[in-house]
Amino acid sequence: MSRARQTIYYDIGLGVNVIMALDRRMLEELGIGSVEELFSDIPQEVRIEGIPLPSGRTEMEVVRRVQGMLSSNVTAESAPCFLGGGVYNHFIPSAVNTIVSRSEFMTSYTPYQAEISQGMLQALFEYQSFISELTAMDAVNSSNYDWSTALGEAAMMCHRISPKKTFLVPEAMSYEKRSVLRSYVSGAGLNVVEYCYDPFTGELDIGDVKQKMSDDVCGIYVEVPNLFGIIDTQAPKLKDEFPDVPLVIGVNPLSLALLRPPGEYGADIVIGEGQPLGLPMNVGGPLLGIFACKMEHVRKMPGRIIGMTRDRDGRRAFCMTLQTREQHIRRSKATSNICTNEALMAVAVSAYLGIAGAKGLRSIARLNMRNAQKLMDRIDELDGFQAPLFEGAHFNEFVMRTPLRPEKLNKLLLRHGILGGIPMQRSVPRLTDHMLLAATEMTREDDVDRLIAVLREVPL
Amino acid sequence: MSYRQARYDEPLIFELTGENDFCISCEEDVLVPEGMERRDLCLPEIPEREVVRHYTNLSQMNFGVDNGMYPLGSCTMKYNPKYADRLSALPTVTSVHPCQDEDSMQGALRLMHELEKALCAISGMDAVTLQPAAGAQGEFTGMLLAKAYHSAHGQERTEVIVPDSAHGTNPASAAMAGFTVIEVPSGPDGCVDLEALGAALSERTAAVMVTNPNTLGLFEKDITRLAELVHAAGALLYYDGANLNAIMGITSPGVMDFDIVHFNLHKTFATPHGGGGPGAGPVGVKEFLEPFLPTPRIINEEGRFSLDHERADSIGKVRSFFGNFAVLLRAYAYILAQGGDGLREVSQRAVLNSNYLKSKVIGAYDMPFAELRKHEFVVSAKRLAKEKGVHATDVAKALLDKGFMSPTIYFPSLVEEALMIEPTESESKETLDRYAQALLDIAEADPQEVKAAPLSTSISRVDEVYAAKELILSWRIYQRRKGPQ
Repeated sequence: MSRARQTIYYDIGLGVNVIMALDRRMLEELGIGSVEELFSDIPQEVRIEGIPLPSGRTEMEVVRRVQGMLSSNVTAESAPCFLGGGVYNHFIPSAVNTIVSRSEFMTSYTPYQAEISQGMLQALFEYQSFISELTAMDAVNSSNYDWSTALGEAAMMCHRISPKKTFLVPEAMSYEKRSVLRSYVSGAGLNVVEYCYDPFTGELDIGDVKQKMSDDVCGIYVEVPNLFGIIDTQAPKLKDEFPDVPLVIGVNPLSLALLRPPGEYGADIVIGEGQPLGLPMNVGGPLLGIFACKMEHVRKMPGRIIGMTRDRDGRRAFCMTLQTREQHIRRSKATSNICTNEALMAVAVSAYLGIAGAKGLRSIARLNMRNAQKLMDRIDELDGFQAPLFEGAHFNEFVMRTPLRPEKLNKLLLRHGILGGIPMQRSVPRLTDHMLLAATEMTREDDVDRLIAVLREVPL
Repeated sequence: MSYRQARYDEPLIFELTGENDFCISCEEDVLVPEGMERRDLCLPEIPEREVVRHYTNLSQMNFGVDNGMYPLGSCTMKYNPKYADRLSALPTVTSVHPCQDEDSMQGALRLMHELEKALCAISGMDAVTLQPAAGAQGEFTGMLLAKAYHSAHGQERTEVIVPDSAHGTNPASAAMAGFTVIEVPSGPDGCVDLEALGAALSERTAAVMVTNPNTLGLFEKDITRLAELVHAAGALLYYDGANLNAIMGITSPGVMDFDIVHFNLHKTFATPHGGGGPGAGPVGVKEFLEPFLPTPRIINEEGRFSLDHERADSIGKVRSFFGNFAVLLRAYAYILAQGGDGLREVSQRAVLNSNYLKSKVIGAYDMPFAELRKHEFVVSAKRLAKEKGVHATDVAKALLDKGFMSPTIYFPSLVEEALMIEPTESESKETLDRYAQALLDIAEADPQEVKAAPLSTSISRVDEVYAAKELILSWRIYQRRKGPQ
């Protein structure tokens, strides 16, 4: 496409293409000589002389330039990838992309006008239903930005349910989540208090939770699997111990194909990262914040909610509901400021779950667990390495102790064309020689062999 | 032109039956700890083909800017260029993990760094963070920055001022950051009332949030005086970038003396909105606020890019990783394609389209405040409501029947029966003429016909009260009840 066809030169007299002629007609009908007259209300003292950026480029040039710039990225397609921590290299059926590329979905706005937006509304209702089935929770919103912001919103929702000032979180939590959580609760002045993990099992230390518990606690947050990839068997005990304290469970939704859903052990709110269910890694975004709650709390929930209803003729229909919680109506009294969310990612998750079905999802989850177990076993055989660090049962990732500093090990692995793991120190300061490694259904025997071959050469 | 949307009795995906033909199967036993095993999982088991048909049918019951004109005020629903789709599908985007070693993602870091610089050039600001995932999150980030700045100067300022015409996210974001929100009324000209603002400003004011042009499409002509007042009170001036499409290359938040600005990449920079998201809401600041920006910052050392996590004054993070990278990439490509001159032309054409469309519908609809508007304008259906009982919502539904998305309605609230129309630069004169004619025809039509609309969409008028009363929010709840019959 030529540059001249992309832009318009109506008031500087260049070109004779159709667009220019159209614009001149509009100027004439408005009775003005130049478009400049439409900006006469902007005072001279705040005028600028254009934008200091290069001139436009053709599509061909743009595609070449961006492709070229990104070509230096190492991808999980070309290098075995053992990175996890909420975002994983999973298999995505091609049909998921076909579905979310439908431009009727992709190029629409928030479905304010329900009658002409039934497709998106039903797709989002189905997303809510899928997450409801996975988590065994009744009410689900139609998405938050990501897991960490869902955590921030969950803490604030606990504060609305139980207006106290302390929010208990695991010491074993990613620094990303800890930092985002602090940002979200700073306005309400909540104290974020950490409880310890058991140094042997890696599970939560329920004794320490009891110690940190007080009349001032508005909520407890636990992850299953947790930061260390451990299926925390202590989590289901919390509701029995503290029946009156709102319980927030954070999940990898893929694990719920095999694990008891949090709705069955008393969760008031369930949050998580939807990326494992059919979303690309995308250098970390867009992701999908899962947010579900008990029906009794639904009016305190943030975000858009789609409800089933009927039209004037009695046909089944869908629309946004409980909007009086939201910022465009309630303004400063809203449950959250969220407006734009991750709706298209929610449609992708629905498509993925529809294609995989329960049978497929269980298969993928089993392969994840099995491949992580194999990877641990292989690493643990090596001198100087320990995997896993903790005794608890793992889902698809685990902590490895390494004789080489994790950052250095990652550089070494990268030189051998391998994307290593996540250094743990930033999240748990005492884990200085530790990294988090993940396996998925994409992890091949050959990938593990390559990793082991490099680790074997690490000087002790 | 007649319009008819697909009207399928498309079942819920949970109501479909068939045989699961998914390609991955593994029956191997794995060891789940006792008490943690899942008993049952009810998901649809259907072949991929039927899933594709299901969502294809649903998509045909949806309306996007690829279907037709979508003039939702303040949403800037412009055409989304398809080269951006192609680029965002590259494996060098989709298959890159955010925690990769810096050396393995130099391309991604360079792109983000260049986008930061481009947004600085467009806005006249000195530094940008790309982390916020949406406009509202950008506002929240901006409020945290204001709080951190004041507290670094030993001041605890507790109030944020917003005009009554502000987007709802402004007061919600300020409240989330812990501020008390003070709303000031607009003056008789539809702009911020400087006297009211002056009276509201005090040593308690942390920031003032302004949208310029405002939600009426009016440029705040006293912006210089406004900025002086705000700064004299020791407060920061925040720019809501939702309406940036009106002014690119003509003026900038920087030259207007704003301290903090957010951008809506899914509005001004043409990234698709995906039926509600994803978006991206980068935040730009003047140099004195740069130390407070979220971590990590991308550092450029002679063409090698690294991440700086250790910044003492930073507010920390507002979202994990770098933000919505695939959205950032699309906006970057759009800025490259337009160039500095092209972006200025975008704003010129957006304002021309808006003023042209406005000139066509005045008369049938009332136009409060001055006539010269920027990229959007607000008319009132008050007279129609009074004389014929036809309300803004009826006008909106009748537009759907003609194959157009409705304007934003009942906002801003200082205009009764408001219709807020933003045609964007994407529409031709012919399309604008058809939209204007549709609005004129609706004003003339038999009120009973208008109130019966829409008839051409996949459902007739939806019962929102029933939805709020029944609260059927999932398949689980639906199954427990009989469902609406």
